[in-house]
Amino acid sequence: MKFLISMHINPAVLDALTDEEKAAIGPGHGRFMDGLKESGEMIMTAALTDPSQAAVVTVRDGQPVVTDGPFLEAKEYLGGYYLIDCEDKQRAIELAAQIPDAAIEGLGVEVRQVMFSDGLLEP
Amino acid sequence: MTSTAIEDLLRELAPQVLGALVRRHGQFEGCEDAVQEAVLAASVQWQADGVPGNPRGWLMTVASRRLIDQMRSDHARRERESAAATAEVAPDDVPDTDDTLVLLFLCCHPALTAASQTALTLRAVGGLTTAEIARAFLVPEATMAARISRAKQRIKAAGSSFSLPDGAEREERLRVVLHVLYLIFNEGYTASSGRELDRADLAREAIRLARMVRAQLPGDGEVTGLLALMLLTHARREARTTSAGDLVPLDEQDRARWDRALIDEGMELVKASLAGPELGPYQLQAAIAATHADAVTANETNWAQVHALYLILERVAPNPMVTLNRAIALAETKGPAAGLDLLATLDDDERMAGHHRLLSVRAHLLEKSGDPAGAYEHYQRAARATASLAEQRYLESRASRVKHL
Repeated sequence: MKFLISMHINPAVLDALTDEEKAAIGPGHGRFMDGLKESGEMIMTAALTDPSQAAVVTVRDGQPVVTDGPFLEAKEYLGGYYLIDCEDKQRAIELAAQIPDAAIEGLGVEVRQVMFSDGLLEP
Repeated sequence: MTSTAIEDLLRELAPQVLGALVRRHGQFEGCEDAVQEAVLAASVQWQADGVPGNPRGWLMTVASRRLIDQMRSDHARRERESAAATAEVAPDDVPDTDDTLVLLFLCCHPALTAASQTALTLRAVGGLTTAEIARAFLVPEATMAARISRAKQRIKAAGSSFSLPDGAEREERLRVVLHVLYLIFNEGYTASSGRELDRADLAREAIRLARMVRAQLPGDGEVTGLLALMLLTHARREARTTSAGDLVPLDEQDRARWDRALIDEGMELVKASLAGPELGPYQLQAAIAATHADAVTANETNWAQVHALYLILERVAPNPMVTLNRAIALAETKGPAAGLDLLATLDDDERMAGHHRLLSVRAHLLEKSGDPAGAYEHYQRAARATASLAEQRYLESRASRVKHL
């Protein structure tokens, strides 16, 4: 079963962390990625740039209109995700609990099952 | 020989060669890699140069060389003498014993997760390449390779011997093997992600493996029952979806499109399996599928028999899903209110809380009982709860249909 684990970041929460706490996040994700690759559960992961760099695209009367900034003005925004393939929802939740963000008050780690997926995974 | 015929031959020979290699050298892990490499080499070389006179011997020789190369390099790494690994293997040195069952028991080792059991079974017994398995499950090849390699490490750590377990353990392990084959079949049947074509191959592969097991254990009622269940289910495949990919429920399927040959074979197997002394869940599910297959039109379905079979199934293998299915049969024989009453008994079952099947069956029975508003609400909730895109489309179309009643 495929699941998307999304990480919802709050910059104010991240800023308030101690240097040690901040420094622990990267290696925590590194260990998590290594574990997923080794167990054969990783499909892919991505981290996204700051929402200030986002562009919202709309097409009106056939003309694209581009607005800088995120679609939703919120305290939390999508910071990145893991796309995994694992046994069941229980396992996905168990994995999500290993993500460093899950242990930080004010950050959100969300698990959702994939309903359909396609891609060009083979040569 | 066509490329399909070569693939079929390779899939048939791969477990035989692997069994022989493990018997000779032990170390399932290394042997499995060696056979996989030999199969890959064969699929390229036989295509170009034709199939050798003794294909099994050819695979055995190539796999043995790969294994020995691998052992030598391992030895070299450890700076040890490699004398033990230098014995060449004669091409004809493949024993007659069929190790397919032993391999299946090993691949379906209880120390593994179902996902790993499935992947390893498809590779070591099914003779599929890692790339093919990855494609069928739509994960990267490296992900599937890691999963298979981890599974083999687990088996090694569990200290399994290459032999069939005895008595009660054998019985228990056989149930796991059948469950894994059932999962492979279902994966091909439900097609909730990935491409339809690759998934249908999984269903066919599960049927092929079930046939192999039955050839070894023809007297086991559950093995026969599982094969029958797969055949009777697979027979409906063409009628199950429209050309646009929309689901067609059983009562609306064009039964002329059911595969008669598969149904006939499945029916014969059901008869054979029901003649035995035991009555297990696969036999009962196959008997239910056979009852549906027996009805020329949906209206002629012997629902009383379906209900009776679900009652027995509920006793043999209690499970809320069985009760749910029995409610459908009960509604057909005693009316929708009786079905809804039975569904109400599942409301407190944690396993069914918010389950899309409970919601959709309730919607269906509410519709039958003349409550379009209640049916609409439950179809909508079921559509939100399902993880299958095709099922979601179907439930939404049902919802909009009752809305206009």
